[in-house]
Amino acid sequence: MCLAIPGKVESIEYPFAIVDFKGAKRKVRVDLIDDLKVGDYVLVHVGFAIQKVDKNEAERIEELISKIIEI
Amino acid sequence: MKEKVKALVKKIKDEAKDLKNIKIMHLCGTHEDTVTRYNIRSLLPENIELLSGPGCPVCITPDIDLQEIFHLIKNAKITLTTFGDMARVPFEKKSLFYYKSKGYDIKIVYSIFDAIELAKRGNKPVVHFAIGFETTMPSTALAILDGVDNFYVYSSHRFFVPAMEALLRAGEIKIHGFINPGHVSTIVGVKAYEHLRKYGIPQVIAGFEPYDVILAVYYLIKALKDKDDGNSGALINEYTRAVRYKGNVRAQKVINEVFNREDWEWRGLGVVPNSGGSIKKKYEDFDAKKQFEDTFDDFEPKIDVAKKACRCGEVLRGLITPEKCPLFLKVCTPKDPVGPCMVSFEGMCNIWARYRKDFDLAVI
Repeated sequence: MCLAIPGKVESIEYPFAIVDFKGAKRKVRVDLIDDLKVGDYVLVHVGFAIQKVDKNEAERIEELISKIIEI
Repeated sequence: MKEKVKALVKKIKDEAKDLKNIKIMHLCGTHEDTVTRYNIRSLLPENIELLSGPGCPVCITPDIDLQEIFHLIKNAKITLTTFGDMARVPFEKKSLFYYKSKGYDIKIVYSIFDAIELAKRGNKPVVHFAIGFETTMPSTALAILDGVDNFYVYSSHRFFVPAMEALLRAGEIKIHGFINPGHVSTIVGVKAYEHLRKYGIPQVIAGFEPYDVILAVYYLIKALKDKDDGNSGALINEYTRAVRYKGNVRAQKVINEVFNREDWEWRGLGVVPNSGGSIKKKYEDFDAKKQFEDTFDDFEPKIDVAKKACRCGEVLRGLITPEKCPLFLKVCTPKDPVGPCMVSFEGMCNIWARYRKDFDLAVI
């Protein structure tokens, strides 16, 4: 139910945006997201964007784990 | 990454070896999916138990809400919309899908905005049976604020954070750490859990990849060990790629604009103070409970005898795991579920039935 999937914003026609989920495109409500730009990644839940996500964060977590295991 | 996660698992084992039995509860059906799908419990040392809590909105929606919805579709000429999982929950062995097959106008939607489009197209009132935690509530609030004629909401929305406090106050099991729900947290933010720190139980907000959950367990074990040195309940955000300290402030504003916080019942937890998302009086034109009030004059709540042996309530409190229920994979299966924990893709019984290969699945 609280499942949310990240997708890339392709175009914005406020309050909607077309979001690309690895090829599948969907019209999504984006009026609860601050400063949204084309190219941003958003988490989408039941047809509306709940938050912007940082796509480079996975690399950061890998670095974080590296640090922990080296301690 | 794989090798690093393996090393992290080893690190958890080293860190936990001096600890007594530790019970960590996660609070989201999607976390149970990750934990079971990737068999994370098997990676953890024996003294760390990973429990599943009340993090499945379909599961915690009590029978009374379902009865009221059934009553509404039988007594008012409406189109009812809801999400797929909810439509499969039985009451007295009948679900919304059953009523749909009998000709009632019930439509499954992906989003509440699809329900609005239906309301714009026709003259018949459209009632959306809205369930879900803080993650889902902003979309319902936006839909109500759109102010579309002919569109109503039956709110079964529940605020999740109060349920954590209810669990702690009930004190049925000693919980040593919480893995907080990632997507509820995108909305409410880290700050929403600050008041729970007084209970001295560490909390980690976690994402949904296997490494997120394993990292959360590591942080909790570390926090528990630090606690021995005198520190109280830590609050850590592991899911920083999506969760900010203040959460989604715009979403919180629309929630607070549209919903009150009332004391509502949850399956398994009883009445949880300030957890019920009722629609405020100023938006009662869109509140199905108000607009169809007369329909409920002759409504009488009943107890579903078909669920007498169902132990979904105990599963939701982390007291038992599914195989302890006498119905699990015997008379209760994903194809023919008795209780909502077996219906929902986020219910622990459903997830264990789908992924765990150590049970006799021949009956499914």
